[in-house]
This record gives sequence, C-alpha cells and structure tokens, in this order.
Amino acid sequence: MNPVASQTPHRALGLTDAEYELICEKLGREPNPLELAVFSLMWSEHCGYKHSRKLLKLLPTEGPHVVMGPGENAGAVDVGDGLAIAFKVESHNHPSAVEPFQGAATGVGGILRDVFAIGARPIAILDSLRFGELDTARSRYLLDHAVAGIGHYGNSIGVATVGGEIYFEGPYEQNCLVNAMCLGLAPKDKMIRSAAAGVGNVIVLMGALTGRDGIGGASVLASAELDEDEDKRPTVQIGDPFEEKKLLESSLELLDRGLLTSLQDLGAAGLTSSSSEMASKGEVGIEIDIDQVPLREADMEPFEVMISESQERMLCVVEPERLDEVFAVCSKWDVRATAIGTVTDTRRLCVLAGGEVVGDMPVEALVDDCPVYDLDPVEPSEPVYRPPTAKLGGGESPADLLLALLASPNIASKRWAFEQYDWIVGSRTTRRPEDAEAAVLMLDSSGAMGAIAVSIDGNGRRVACDPYTGAVEAVLECARNLACVGAEPLGLTNCLNFGNPEKPHIAWQLTRAVEGLRDACLAVEAPVVGGNVSLYNEGGGGPIYPTPVVGMVGKLPDPTTVPWSGFRESGHAIALVGPFEPSLAGSELEKLEGKLSTELPAIDLDRHAAALVAIRDAVRSGVIATAHDVSEGGLACAVAECAIAAGIGAQVDLGENFALFGEGPGGVLLAASPEAIEKLAESLQPHGFRVIGETGGDRIDIKAGVATLSVPVAAAQEAHGGSLPSRFE
Amino acid sequence: MTRFGVIRFPGSCDEVDALQACERYGDAELLWHRERGLRDIDAVVVPGGFSYGDYLRPGAIARFSPIMEAVADFARDGGRVLGICNGFQVLCEAGLLPGALLGNDHLRFRCRQVEVVVENVDTAFTRACAREERLSIPGKHTTGRYFAPPAMLEELEANGQVVFRYAPGHNPNGSLNDIAGIANEAGNVVGLMPHPEHAVNPLCSSADGGKLFASAALEPLPA
Repeated sequence: MNPVASQTPHRALGLTDAEYELICEKLGREPNPLELAVFSLMWSEHCGYKHSRKLLKLLPTEGPHVVMGPGENAGAVDVGDGLAIAFKVESHNHPSAVEPFQGAATGVGGILRDVFAIGARPIAILDSLRFGELDTARSRYLLDHAVAGIGHYGNSIGVATVGGEIYFEGPYEQNCLVNAMCLGLAPKDKMIRSAAAGVGNVIVLMGALTGRDGIGGASVLASAELDEDEDKRPTVQIGDPFEEKKLLESSLELLDRGLLTSLQDLGAAGLTSSSSEMASKGEVGIEIDIDQVPLREADMEPFEVMISESQERMLCVVEPERLDEVFAVCSKWDVRATAIGTVTDTRRLCVLAGGEVVGDMPVEALVDDCPVYDLDPVEPSEPVYRPPTAKLGGGESPADLLLALLASPNIASKRWAFEQYDWIVGSRTTRRPEDAEAAVLMLDSSGAMGAIAVSIDGNGRRVACDPYTGAVEAVLECARNLACVGAEPLGLTNCLNFGNPEKPHIAWQLTRAVEGLRDACLAVEAPVVGGNVSLYNEGGGGPIYPTPVVGMVGKLPDPTTVPWSGFRESGHAIALVGPFEPSLAGSELEKLEGKLSTELPAIDLDRHAAALVAIRDAVRSGVIATAHDVSEGGLACAVAECAIAAGIGAQVDLGENFALFGEGPGGVLLAASPEAIEKLAESLQPHGFRVIGETGGDRIDIKAGVATLSVPVAAAQEAHGGSLPSRFE
Repeated sequence: MTRFGVIRFPGSCDEVDALQACERYGDAELLWHRERGLRDIDAVVVPGGFSYGDYLRPGAIARFSPIMEAVADFARDGGRVLGICNGFQVLCEAGLLPGALLGNDHLRFRCRQVEVVVENVDTAFTRACAREERLSIPGKHTTGRYFAPPAMLEELEANGQVVFRYAPGHNPNGSLNDIAGIANEAGNVVGLMPHPEHAVNPLCSSADGGKLFASAALEPLPA
C-alpha cells in the first residue's frame, strides 16, 4: 500500500485540515477531486506565496522608472525613447535537482515566456547557479548537465546568455539552485497585461500539446495504487526550444498587430493558475472546455488537463471577430492555436468536460483567499550549518594562498561554462562574460541610444553568516557592478531561495534577509519590480544556505565608455575606491580554512550609496580603462583577476590597513593612465580613494604591511583558468 | 546598390543580426522560407540559428523549404549565396556546397572569438579581403566540424575552394584541415561556421566580418 495514498487526499496534496475546511466553506460543499487538485496548487507556496506574501510587502516597489511592478508576468522599467526593459528572475531548483538538463532548460523556457507574455522580446538571459562542492560526482553531474540545459534552450531560441554566477557550497549538495533571469525589450505602447477582459471574448490556447508532464503530487488522485500503475506516474517537463521560438515569434507578431486583449504564459499549475489569475486580475470569470484542449495523450483525466505543466504554451484572450486573424498568424508560424473557452461575467472558473460541469470554483477563492501565514522567526542559538571542510593545511605562504583562492571553484574562471552559451546573438552584447563587471547590452545597434547593464549576485554563505548583512551585500554588489560600467540602477528582481519557512530559524533567516533587501534597495534607489520565492529547499543534510539572488538592471548613456574588468595597458595607475573595510568573516579564505563566522561587519548604507554614485560618474567620464569590484578572495584576488585577463602584471602596495584576502562590500579597483587617475582623485577623495600601484611586468607583486606576495601572472592564469576544466577531463 | 535577402526559417536565430550587417553595405530584406521566388535580390544570406529545431540533422529539414529551390536556381545561375553556421549546414544539405558538418569533437556548444585566415580572395564574399588576411570573428555552434572524404578534400584544396581556415590554435571543433569555410567551384556560393554578421561593430568585439558583406556589395564580376 502506498503510504501517500493512505492519507486523506487533501493532506496528500499538501493541504492542512484547516485549509480543506476553508475550501469547503468557500465552495459551500466538499470539492470534487478536480477542484481539490486545483485548490491544492493555487494554495501551494509556489502559487499562493502563503508563507512569504506578508514579508514581501516590506520591499519597496515604486520608483520613477517603474513601468510594471510585481504581480504581472514580469516587471518592467523605463529606459527612455519609448522603450521599456522587462525582466524577472525565477527558480527551477527542484526539477533541476531531479533532472538537471531538462530542469535548467525548462527554467530558461519558463522565464522567457514570462517576459514575452508582457510583449517584450527577450534579449538576454543570466543564470545564478548553486551546487555542492565539485569534489563529488553528483555536483559535477548537476553542473555539467544544468549548464548544458541552459545552453540548449537559450542558444536554440536565439537569446543571448550574457552573464551569471556559480557558487559551490556543501549545503547545496542535495538541493542545487537554478535561478534564471531574462530581460526583454519592448516598446512601451505594445506592452500587455494578463488581466482577462471582455465578456464573450474567446480564450485561445497556443503552443504545444498538453500531456502529463509535471503532474506532481496530484497524481495521487489519478490512482490509489501509484506503485502498480506505471503510466500514471508523474513525468519531468521536457523543453522544446523550437516550439517556444515559434510561440515567441507568433506571440510578438500577434501583439504587434494588436490582435490580443491579454496574454499569459502557462507555468506552474498550467491552465489552472493561468486561467484563474487572468480571471482574477480582470475581475471576470472563465469557462474552459477540456474537450477542446489538444492532448498529447488521449486518455487524460480532466484534472490532469487542468494542472498539466507541459511546456511552451500560452493563453490569450481574443475578441471573436479577430479570431481568424489570430489563427492565421499562428498558422504562419506553425503554432497550434485552439479556442478552449470564453470570458464570462460569473467570476468563477468553470471547467466543462463531455458537456458537463466538472469543476466550478469562485476565482476569488482560488487566487485571493489562499490563507496567508505569519512566520514565527526565532534567531537560532546554535549555528545552523556545520563549518565547511578545511581545504588548507595551514602554514601556506601568501603566494600559495593566492593561487589556492584563484583555483577555488567559487573564484575560478567560469569560462568553461559560459563558452557553452551564445552570448552574442542579438548584436547588443558589448562585452563577453567576465570582460566587464556587468553585462552591457546596447539599446540600438549603434549604441547611440545608450545601453542597459545587468548583474545577478548573491553569496549564500555570507547570508548564512548574517542574513541581514548578507542580503544587503547582494544588493550592493549588483549596484557596484552596475557602477563599474557607469550604469544607474533602475530596478531589481529577486529570487528568495530558502529552507522550510515553518521552522523558526529559517523564518528568521528569511525575515532578516528581506529586511536587508528592503534597506539596501531604498539606499541605492532600486525598487523591486518582480521576483520569485523558492522555499523548502532542504535535503537530507539540512537547509541550503539562505540565498537571496538579486538581479539588477541599470542604464548607461554611452557604451563606448564602459571599462573592462582586467588591466588594459602597462603603465596604468591602479587605485582603490569605496568604503571598503575588509574582514576575514565570511571570506573565501575562511571557508578554505574550514570556518564559518556567525556575523558580518555592519554596513553604513549611506556611505556606500554615495560612493556608488561617485564611481558611476567617474566611469561615465570615459577615462577609466579598468574597473573591478573587490569581492571573493579580497584585494589580492581582485588585483590578480585584473592581471589575468590580458596577462598584464601589477605592483601594488596596500599599506598597513588592508588584509590581502579580507572581504567586504564597497571596494572597487580602478586603473587608468596616471594623469586620468590624478584627475579623478578630487571627485573620489571623499570615498576612500587612494592610489595603490601600477600595472606592468609579468608578475603580480602585492605588499600589505609585512605580508608580501609575488606570483607570475602565468601561474595565476593557470590556477584561475584551469580549475573548472580540470574537473571535467 | 546591392540588395541582400536574408532567409528566415522557423528557428532561425541570427537572421536579424545578418539583416543589420547587410544593411551596413547595401539594402536588405528578410525572405520568408515559404516564398518561392527571390524577388529582385542580388545576394542571398542563409543565416545562423536552429532552423526546424535542428531536428533530424542541422539543416536537413530547412533544405526542403520552398525558398531553397529558388536559392538553388539562383546559385546555379551564378547568384551570390552566403551560408553562415546553420546556413552553411543548410547549403551542404542542399548540395550547393560539398562536404558536411559533424558534431564538434568535444561534443559541446562552444562560443568563442576565433581567428580565420582568408585563403581565397576570388570568391563573391572575399573579394574585399587580402590573401592570408586574418579575421577575428566569433564562432558558436555544436555541429561545426567540417568533414569531406579524402578525395573530395584533396580536390577542394587543389581547387582553392577552402576559403577560410582557422588560424593555428583556433580550430574550435576539430574540422578537417582546420577548414572554417568553403566555396563552390565557381566561388559564388560560400559557407562558413564563424559568424561574420556578429563582427561588424568594434563595440561588439570586431568589425572584421564586415569584409564579407563588403565583398558581396562590390559590383559583380563580369560573367
């Protein structure tokens, strides 16, 4: 006997007894199995945000550039000239842990649909990935296949993957994280919302056939004896980028010709969530005739059709007289389009099959009445995480430490991964990944209209040390990366990857992290325009590190002034700027030594915000050749990374006060001609500006008080560049 | 002024990039794959991407698109045809260029700036280049390893049909003889794996690829 099936159906579907009673109350009767499946999904954490909704209200969502805020398929900011950039980050963690290639691929597919669902042409993808230590075969397998899956989808659909980040930490061993972010460009007047409107209008389903993909826990409804009925087993969603490419082109053509009233993608919970959310936003009802839905498998139950997560599908609302034109456009692109329902004035989601009503639920109950829970945060008295395994024996020289840090997978070059991505399609990308601190994409083919910059960041280990400060740092790092390319922040999106929020210590991590995000967003004036929450990331080994991932979008006027990450010429002066107060707490060196701090130094947000503006303005002056954020591995690694890029060495004296490998937010390395650096001194002096050395030669020589190191650039290149490829030989 | 036509198949990805590159050197328009004629086009670009999702084999389905018949006639009459990446694969599948593109020897998609040496400056797309000139152009593909049987390879080399060769150390895929691009015997049809349309603006890495479009925009040689 299956232990799941022996429970009551609502418990097996993740609903509490109280929630079940509430459903009965809203319906005025007991739900039938289809209705129960629909409610269980709409009231799940994934769709209903029941443990995070209250917290998310803390985040600032308004600003002068916001065109579309949270609640739509993606957020959007104004970038001038009648254009908007739509963007959002979303997780696909659990599917990727089961099947990394398809999990990552469909994660990309899903976020792309969110962006073109509001009428924006996707122009860039970034990914934030977390795996266990690369010492294990499982982590290497997950990394290898997730990267291949991202490439497969993004490359095949012709959207550039322009950046991202990858970290390796023990707590992600069982729960890898795959967060995908997409940016799209839209004429503001062509953007569309998802609210259904116009009673009598037709609901059209576009795209792929509907199969049994991703019918998760609800499969208990299909069969009481799951073990004995193989073909009722849930299947992993399989992505088809070619189908999505056609869907993308046809959707944008339909919007361009003004043929749609509203548009919504089908993601989690498929037809169920897309139709009820469209109806909810439009304050209407929707009637869906299951018999009209084109199926991949003939014998699907109505509830399976309603909750299928088959990929590459969109739902749109069309006025009856425009139906033929809509079908003609879809036919041109070989995209299937079928009228499956109508907009009604009942404010109910009504499901028909075989001419009979098989489900009839108030939309408000599905979307708005999902119970929202207060968290019960308690600061843990004991460390939540075991310290990482030490990788250093002790007694290493500073030069040895530098090489060990450069080869540490968190710091090592990610070229192995990003060379598997097409970062140039679209003719907007002005820098290869790792060539600049943020990806820079021109708004037009000449760059005359300016460019947007985007960065995605979040160091979970530092958030584990101190959830508030770690989350602040994630926002500051994005903003600093944007400042390094001369961009002003316009808005951000975030993905909150955490463990089980019903546990008090996880609730505390989540609460403190959101408070940190709020304060940092306000300080750098970047409102949150959308995002995603992924909770319950706990494997056998305990929770993941709390991982708020922040994706920030900014604008810069002139892409020709964008500095590079690495040194460009010998004889340039090197300066350090920013409120940088390094400490070993939460540093990569501390990790390699097998330690994990329980707090991080406090941050003066006003000082950081002021420095970011000054750095941005300095970069925009066009005289800076190199601008590099000081992050993992501290100043020594930052100098080495600058040297590695083009094989130009450096001689640096950090003085008495800076540890070689200490980390903390706020530091930026600049390099330029000595005259240019001298000119910058005046405007940057209030922000901790100091000249620390010069470029040249073939060695990296760094002094910090009594500590010195000298490493050949070639050795640093080998350590940094060879680390990831060597794991896959 | 040379009028370029860039074909758009379902699944094409780099057709707009190619269109913009062509517009720098002439007039240009997109041609839908279901069209049966080429209108008044002077030069055809078969662009990169994943036509028909690369199902079956890259290029294997696109070669049967209605417009490809017109392209074959056009090529036979000496019309200028450039196949880039997936377009190169389509032209090989269509028999307009000899040989085939196989999976990269490392089996991965690889996106990388590569240097290619121009070996033949007497084709429709290299006339503006100097012999032995090195061009820096990005390549990005999974299926770009050029293959031809030994006898055919020898003939191609002898005829000067190897138009572009990866510079030493730059072969990204294991192509035989470091071949990056080839021409038909007449030199009016050229295919290459690297993407010249992504190398027309120094802000995006290099402008070297513009020479291919500039070549095509020169007055055609007298027949």
